[in-house]
Formats: sequence, C-alpha cells, structure tokens
Amino acid sequence: MQTMMQQMINGLSLGSIYALLALGYTMVYGIIKLINFAHGDIYMLGAFWGYYAINYLHFGFVGALLSAMVMASLSGVLIEYLAYRPLRNSPRIAALITAIGVSFFLENGMSFLFGANARNFPQVITTKTYYFFGVGISNVQLLILFTSLVLMVLLQFIIKQTTMGKAMRAVAVDPQAAQLVGINPDHVISFTFALGSALAGAAGVMIGLYYNSIDPLMGMVPGIKAFVAAVVGGIGSVPGAAVGGFLIGLLETGVQAIGLSAYKDAAVYLVLILMLVVLPAGLFGKRQREKV
Amino acid sequence: MLEVKDLVVNYGGIQAVKDVSFRVNTGEVVALIGANGAGKSTILKTISGLLRPRSGTILYEDKNIVGMAAAKIVKMGISQVPEGRHIFAGLTVSENLQMGAFGLKDKQAASDQLAVVYDRFPVLKERLNQDAATLSGGEQQMLAMGRALMARPKLLLLDEPSMGLSPIFIQEIFDIITKINEQGTTVLLIEQNAKQALAIANRGYVLASGTVKLTGTGAELLANPAVQATYLGVQPAT
Repeated sequence: MQTMMQQMINGLSLGSIYALLALGYTMVYGIIKLINFAHGDIYMLGAFWGYYAINYLHFGFVGALLSAMVMASLSGVLIEYLAYRPLRNSPRIAALITAIGVSFFLENGMSFLFGANARNFPQVITTKTYYFFGVGISNVQLLILFTSLVLMVLLQFIIKQTTMGKAMRAVAVDPQAAQLVGINPDHVISFTFALGSALAGAAGVMIGLYYNSIDPLMGMVPGIKAFVAAVVGGIGSVPGAAVGGFLIGLLETGVQAIGLSAYKDAAVYLVLILMLVVLPAGLFGKRQREKV
Repeated sequence: MLEVKDLVVNYGGIQAVKDVSFRVNTGEVVALIGANGAGKSTILKTISGLLRPRSGTILYEDKNIVGMAAAKIVKMGISQVPEGRHIFAGLTVSENLQMGAFGLKDKQAASDQLAVVYDRFPVLKERLNQDAATLSGGEQQMLAMGRALMARPKLLLLDEPSMGLSPIFIQEIFDIITKINEQGTTVLLIEQNAKQALAIANRGYVLASGTVKLTGTGAELLANPAVQATYLGVQPAT
C-alpha cells in the first residue's frame, strides 16, 4: 500500500511534466495538424536557459521558471515563423519532416555550442522530503505538481475566456470561416506556439530541478512520451493531453515499481500501439458529426 | 460600391470564372444565380480574399481589394456568410458572435451590435450558452448571418443561404435578408433558389459556365422565358 502510494506520488510528478509537454503537442496539432517533433527540444532549451539563468544571472526558481517560459516562447514562435510558415500550403508530410529536421538541428546545434555531456542542474531549492504515514513527498515534487496545476488552470482560462483563446478554437475548427470573420490565422498560430512552448520551457526547468541533470538530447524521449500522452488523451483535445500526461507518468512509475524498470519506455510505446489499434481518437477525441 | 471587372479565377485546376464583370450599388440587393458549377461561390470567395484571381479587378469603394488578406477585407466592411454556414462547432452561440466582432477594436460598438443581432435573431439569444453545433440547420444559418453582421458590414455576401433548409426557414431567411437590407446593408446574394432570390433582388445576373449570360432587374429576370425555363422550372408554353 505504501509502495503504491509512493509510486502514485512519483508518477504524478513525472506525469505533470508529460502533461505540460503534451499540451503543446495537442494545441499545435489542433490548429495546424502538425506533430511538432521539435517540441521536446524546446523543453531542452528551457532547461538550458534555466541552467544559465540560475548559474550566471543568479535567478531564483521563480525567475528562472518565468524567464525560461519567455525564452521558450520566443524560440517556439521563431521556429514556426522560419521553418513551418513557409510550408503552410505544402503537404502535411513536408512539414512533419521539417519538424524532425528542426529537432535534429536543435539537438546537434546545442551539442555543438555547449557540449554534448550532461551537466548538473543547479539545485536552487534544497530538497526536503516530508513523510506522511511512511510515504515520502519532496518539496520539489510538491512544487512541480503545484506549478503544473497552476499553469494548466491558467491555460484553460486563456483558451476558454480570452478573445485570443476563442480565436484559437475558431481557427482549429474552421480556418476559412475564421478568416471570414477577420481573424488572421498567422497571428493565432504564433500565439499557439508561444503558449505551448512556454509550458515546455517551464517543464524543462522543473525536470532539471527534479532529475538534477540536463543534456542536449534530454528532450527526445520525454518528447515522444508526451506525444504518446497527447494521443492517449485524443490529439487536439486539451483536457485529454493533461489526463494523458498523468496516465503516462503513472504507467511509467508503475512499471518500475513492479520491477520492470528496463521496460518502462517499452510499456509507453506499447500503450501507443494499443491506443492506435483500439481507440485511435483517444480518450477525449472528437467524434465528428455533421448537421444538415 | 462594388465593381467586379473582367474577373478570371482558376479553382481546383479549372478556370471556374471566365471574364465576369458586374456591379453592386450602395443599398441594393443583387443576386447572382446559376446552376452548380457556374462559378458563383468562386466569385464570392475571391471578393472575400480567400482566393486570388488570375486577372481582373475588384473595386470596393473605389479601391482595388485584389490580393488583400481576408482579415483586412472584413475590416474594410465586407462580411461573407459562407456556403454550408461554417459556424464554429465547440464554441457557444455567444462565442461565435463574439468572434464575428473580432476585427472591431471598439468594445462598445461590439456590444451594441450584439444587441442588434439578438434583436434580429431572438432564437440566438435563447441559446447563447449552447454549443453552436447543437443548433438546427436553420438556426445555424441564422447564427452564421448574425456572426457576419457582428462585424458591422457595409456589404454582406451571402453564399446559398437557403441551402438544405426547410421551406418555412427558407421564407424566414429571405425575409430577414430583406430586413437587413432595409436597415442599410448592401447585399450580394448567391442562390440556386433563383425564384426567391430574384423576388427580393433589385438586380440579378445569370451565370453559366463561368460567364455572365444575362442581366436585368429581379422582376425582368423572373419574367424572362429563358430564365424561367432553365432556373425556375417553368415549362415553355407550346
């Protein structure tokens, strides 16, 4: 029972990181039908920014987190502008291949500029672990859970209540009609990349704090797992991505808990395959209906 | 107000519009009628800026709007109600209308216009928090029209507003179009339902295979034997 509770807490912490990443995948997919494979690398950029901001600019946790979100946003918007926008009217496969190219470019560019070796993330917060009935939860885990939830609530508010959020949903369901009411889809797409990338940047700083190690390839595997989370939730669905992220986090720690650590990645990919076979629309996927 | 000159548009690899010219004067209702594939929708999409013409000019208030972004054209005062309604599913009725006023910077003007639209379409006010996808076809058409009116257009483009609607709704939609026009909005209307379109139109143009075949007042075209035989289903007297 205690072990199970312990794994739940670990799974939720990891899952909230996947959820933040999955939100970016799903929002971008919802609006331009592109699986942005460079999204995991934005998370890496966020972690690196946090590393330098804390070590050299002497930022605290909040400063590092917020500035990493801003930097990640800018990178995401720039990548969209330079790499994806010129391909807006090209076949989707061209944009997809470009996304993979951007991912390689960021991974290898960062290895070239800053070195490929892993480095210790500065522990700006001293880890303390609290025990409740024999179940340990660290202040970093609490911080990750709390920050992620705040960001998700904030995102939900932006999407549901603000004009730009409504415009995002309008462009996602009907880009042509959106243009006919005076929405410039390019602005909305930039905004979407900014939002998604900000969440990835925040996730990068938090994972640095949690795992204490960052490197230029750190975005690859979490990026793919977050993509699986988005598919599990139903790609294009915002609540789905959040739930999918937590489920993948719980699955991964659960598999570790039963002694199959070596298979934790395989388990996630197995879920992807099963999901695509059994329920390709995902848990919260839209079923299309048409009205006459 | 609107003058389309020598318009040529390619769409889907074919020349959908071949050298079309027509004009819409301020305050008029003008109907473009013609069979499926006559190029009517292509013309409207080109005016709205969704399609680029191969050649020709579209003068709106004496400015050539060819090549402008769709969002810019909306801001200049041209709103289109697209064929098939294209309401934003998943957004509520009131959010759909709010998106219609996206280009209006003046928030007061937007809320005033919302009152005008609710007044014109009371059914929308009853359903303002409902997902737009749950509306019936006729209600969706009203929502699409209300959404277009939210931008306070000077020129309203309507693409097949009666398509797929029951006869009662068709009559209501045409009555509403007349009222919108009486309140000062110029209307350019595309219809396969030629009889009703011509009945409310000041002038009409008959299109066939991408060119203008005939023009005249609504009443003249309704009385024209060729129009009657081809578009109104009237058998010529033998």
